[in-house]
Amino acid sequence: MATNGIAIGGGGKGGFVANLGKIYGGYAGGFIGFTLLLAVLEQMGLPNKIIGYSFMFLTIAVYAYIGYLSRTMELSEYYVAGRVVPAFYNGMATGADWMSAASFISMAGGLYLGGYGGLGYVLGWTGGYVLVAVLLAPYLRKFGQFTVPDFLGVRYEGNTARFIGVVVLFSASFTYIVAQTYGIGIITSRFLGIPFEIAIFAGLLGILVCSMLGGMRAVTWTQVAQYIILIIAYLTPVVWLSTKLYGIPIPELTYGFALTQIAEFEAQLGIVKPHAAAFVDAAGQFSWTEFNNFWALVLCLMVGTASLPHILMRYFTTPNVREARLSVAWSIFFIFLLYFTAPAYAAFAKLEIYSNVIGQPIANLPAWVQNWSQVGGLLTITDANADGILQLKEFVINQDIIVLSMPEIAGLPYVISGLVAAGGLAAALSTADGLLLAIANALSHDVYYKMINPKASTARRLIVARVLLVGVALLAAAVAGTRPSGIIQMVAWAFSLAAAGLFAPLVLGIWWKRTSSTGAIVGMLAGFGVCLYYLIATRYFDMPLWFGIRNISSALFGLPVAFIVTWLVSLVTRAPSSQMQEFVDSIRTPRGQVAWAGAAHE
Amino acid sequence: MIDASQISPEKRIEHWKKTTRLMWTLMFWWFVFSFGVHFFAVQLNGISFFGFPLGFYMAAQGSLIAFVVLCFWNARSQNRLDEEYGVAED
Repeated sequence: MATNGIAIGGGGKGGFVANLGKIYGGYAGGFIGFTLLLAVLEQMGLPNKIIGYSFMFLTIAVYAYIGYLSRTMELSEYYVAGRVVPAFYNGMATGADWMSAASFISMAGGLYLGGYGGLGYVLGWTGGYVLVAVLLAPYLRKFGQFTVPDFLGVRYEGNTARFIGVVVLFSASFTYIVAQTYGIGIITSRFLGIPFEIAIFAGLLGILVCSMLGGMRAVTWTQVAQYIILIIAYLTPVVWLSTKLYGIPIPELTYGFALTQIAEFEAQLGIVKPHAAAFVDAAGQFSWTEFNNFWALVLCLMVGTASLPHILMRYFTTPNVREARLSVAWSIFFIFLLYFTAPAYAAFAKLEIYSNVIGQPIANLPAWVQNWSQVGGLLTITDANADGILQLKEFVINQDIIVLSMPEIAGLPYVISGLVAAGGLAAALSTADGLLLAIANALSHDVYYKMINPKASTARRLIVARVLLVGVALLAAAVAGTRPSGIIQMVAWAFSLAAAGLFAPLVLGIWWKRTSSTGAIVGMLAGFGVCLYYLIATRYFDMPLWFGIRNISSALFGLPVAFIVTWLVSLVTRAPSSQMQEFVDSIRTPRGQVAWAGAAHE
Repeated sequence: MIDASQISPEKRIEHWKKTTRLMWTLMFWWFVFSFGVHFFAVQLNGISFFGFPLGFYMAAQGSLIAFVVLCFWNARSQNRLDEEYGVAED
């Protein structure tokens, strides 16, 4: 099947896959040229509004065009991009799939506010790829079906495990996609100046044009394009600022100097919680609760990364096992480029605020502060003691501003702000598309085809897949339109839910042959159940925290329960049949066919 | 495509043993850079590294670089192992 896919070249696109370097190189060059052209036009008096519109419409038009070119009526193209995606490009696509609006816009702000505490997210959202690379991706690729629940259904012999897998997948991914749709609405409404409710549906169209006609194939090639835009947009302002401040265009190196200066300002201003201090409470004292919550969060985010189906399914698209392994390495490299830059954003912004904003007369604040304080609620200045000087306490900043205002802090033209908005939009759209496909594919392939109508024809399956895709997208937009409160909190929950429900059955299914179907099913239910109970009881019923662990890390309890229950129940139930043992052997070995009767069907 | 049964069981068992050993080695380093180093962040912060307090540096950059290296190391070693035992894909 895989060799066949290459020969056809994904439906007459053999030339396309062979020339990826040229095509995306030309595309990146074209995008930079377009940005420079707008920069020149700006100097000649092009209004800001037109610049914002140009970026939005041009980038969405490109995604739509790629989506249109990738249209397909073949199952393996629709579900796994024909399995022709080279490791390097799959790495970029995974990077875009992974980095959401939260990574792009909010993370640097979280680091600004949290200092060392925020680094838990930087660690947790990168280290999980080591788990993916070593424990899961190559084996799932060898298994070679369409979805993550597929693996559970085959390894644990039946639709019970498959269905529980779909339930966990849905509960983890749906809250996540609602948050992405919300983010798209915010960005679109801010830069196009249209009401939020309309912006959400405009954004919805943006999501659907990338995915509806071509499924995974279309999403893959648009995600590569989106990665290129988001990384250019993220690095440009901060590289510029680093050059301006220290003469070296490597912000990751120079922000050490900024940290030293920040420490001096902290001493001067009498700040009790230093930026770089580890595990301190609000009073700046070492706290065991902070210490425990830090590593618990890191663990839950990492294991969650390795359990989220929209990430795992990206490794189904490489030509072989070898490429799948290499592709995880490229993925973390491309993700690393953004994550190790984010703390530089936070440090430069903090330095700017301590040196040029705090302690200045309110009448002479820098222009970027005055501009942003006029946009509702993102930056507020109140002269509480009416002395005309801005004190630290009189200055409140929203975490989303750090990235969005960086072009102005660096003194860059408006065109760079438009670029950053296009990058944020690319980040949100690409993640939303990956999640949408993960959910809709689980419903169309696992629930409809495998459980309801196994005799469905290819044409019918592809129609059902698209109808569900639109349905899930509409539902996500409708929920996001109600502006649900605490949505960011819910996204962090997605990681814990996926970790507690999916990690143990996936890892044990590959690495421990003795894992029995009953053991895995009971283990999944127990782990997921404990995690969900802790989330709901602490959030809505004021249950006291266990050992002071915040519910964002609730997989800390669900995860060991899942492993222990699976282990114990497996030991007391019948060992898997010899065919099943053979199946496990065959997915552990890259060479040869998968020893499973259904393997040849797709 | 070559049938899996053409690989001798002994080779297969030996291959999986070595694969498992590589897995535990990588998991050890993963643990060190995910948790081990950061348990001492308070002490490490006393050391300055290019202006960075070292504990902060490790969480912001050092461990991330280690993760990237670990993933490339895994791909390289495991691919070699597969070739050595003749279980790599054609």
